[in-house]
Amino acid sequence: MSIIAIMMSVILVNNYVLSQFLGICPFLGVSKKLDAAAGMGFAVIFVMVLATAATWPIMQVLDHFGIGYLQTVVFILVIAALVQLVEMILKRYIPALHKSLGVYLPLITTNCAVLGVCISNIDSGYGYFTSICNSIGAGIGFLLAMVLFAGVRSKLENEEGVPMAFRGVPLTLITAAMLSLGFMGFSGLFQ
Amino acid sequence: MDKKVSKLSILTKGIIKENPVLVLLLGTCPTLATTSSAINGVGMGISATAVLICSNIVISLLRKIIPDKVRIPCYIVVIAGFVTVVQLLLQAFVPSLYASLGLFIPLIVVNCIILGRAEMFASKNNPFDSALDGIGMGLGFTLALGVMGLIREFIGCGTAFDIPIQTFLPGMGIFNLAPGGFFVFGILVAFVNYVTKGKALKGKSFGCEGCAMAAMCGGARKEKECEKGAEA
Repeated sequence: MSIIAIMMSVILVNNYVLSQFLGICPFLGVSKKLDAAAGMGFAVIFVMVLATAATWPIMQVLDHFGIGYLQTVVFILVIAALVQLVEMILKRYIPALHKSLGVYLPLITTNCAVLGVCISNIDSGYGYFTSICNSIGAGIGFLLAMVLFAGVRSKLENEEGVPMAFRGVPLTLITAAMLSLGFMGFSGLFQ
Repeated sequence: MDKKVSKLSILTKGIIKENPVLVLLLGTCPTLATTSSAINGVGMGISATAVLICSNIVISLLRKIIPDKVRIPCYIVVIAGFVTVVQLLLQAFVPSLYASLGLFIPLIVVNCIILGRAEMFASKNNPFDSALDGIGMGLGFTLALGVMGLIREFIGCGTAFDIPIQTFLPGMGIFNLAPGGFFVFGILVAFVNYVTKGKALKGKSFGCEGCAMAAMCGGARKEKECEKGAEA
């Protein structure tokens, strides 16, 4: 499959949030405001690419020594350490970027979408460059879902017509179901 | 006598009153992703329960040794270790379940229920209570996933635990797919809301409060701080 097809498929057809259920917590939690949702989305793209760039070579090392089963332990530690390090570096050298992305960075250390994309890159047997592209695509898909959902939610702030039991969390979930239903229209776009 | 009651309540609170999925709203990703059938849901629930009980016991035993500042990474290492054990066991003994849960087995590591219970309970209580808490929370998680899987499987294919139940209605395949997950979860939370008259979920929302990462997240020690940070 060409790189473009992989990216488009992960953005639209196999969207990480809406069809693979990865990264649901930030998707539902930080999507009340449009700018916060966008900030979170960009931070996720950033961390996903970095994490993939770091974990892919590490997996080769693990495989070389025949200890591939340590994948989970090693990956989560590498991602956690990496995010902390990046946060410190950004804070010190690029304060402007830290100000816009910084608050979200620790939040996504254990975001399952980040660990998920690293593991699924390995499982799909992608090469280094393809893995990075897949991560960028997954991140863009996350951003797209976040921004769309935040837009819908801002219209739902007035809950007066909603039955008591459905106010708040259930309404959010059912809205997500509708958005997910919309994204199903993309299935079949790529084989 | 008094103590016995409290032990029992530690065990049972996770099942109904503080159900991790439907009341505490933790662990939404595996809840939505693995409940396309009842067997998958229960399988996921049991795997996570095993990890939860073991990690709760170990973290509780180590709670006086682990320095406060690096406690979250320590918890993650303990949890990841047990997840690897469960992963290898599933791969060896129930390969079909291993295949259908796929990516979500390693992702038990970042399940907020497990990290959340480590942070909220196991790090403050003795190993026995922590084990009970793990069993209770695990059962609650398994129960919620089982119920959700059952509903989705029944509406989606007309079966329950792969046994055909009804054949007069065509299955609504959408319930086995992603939108059905969100929809059934929404309805279940609404049902909990309705039964408890909104008390159980009062003021609860997704994100920062229940998030296990709250302790790690910048200045988020205080409640809602990270939401504020996110909005700023």
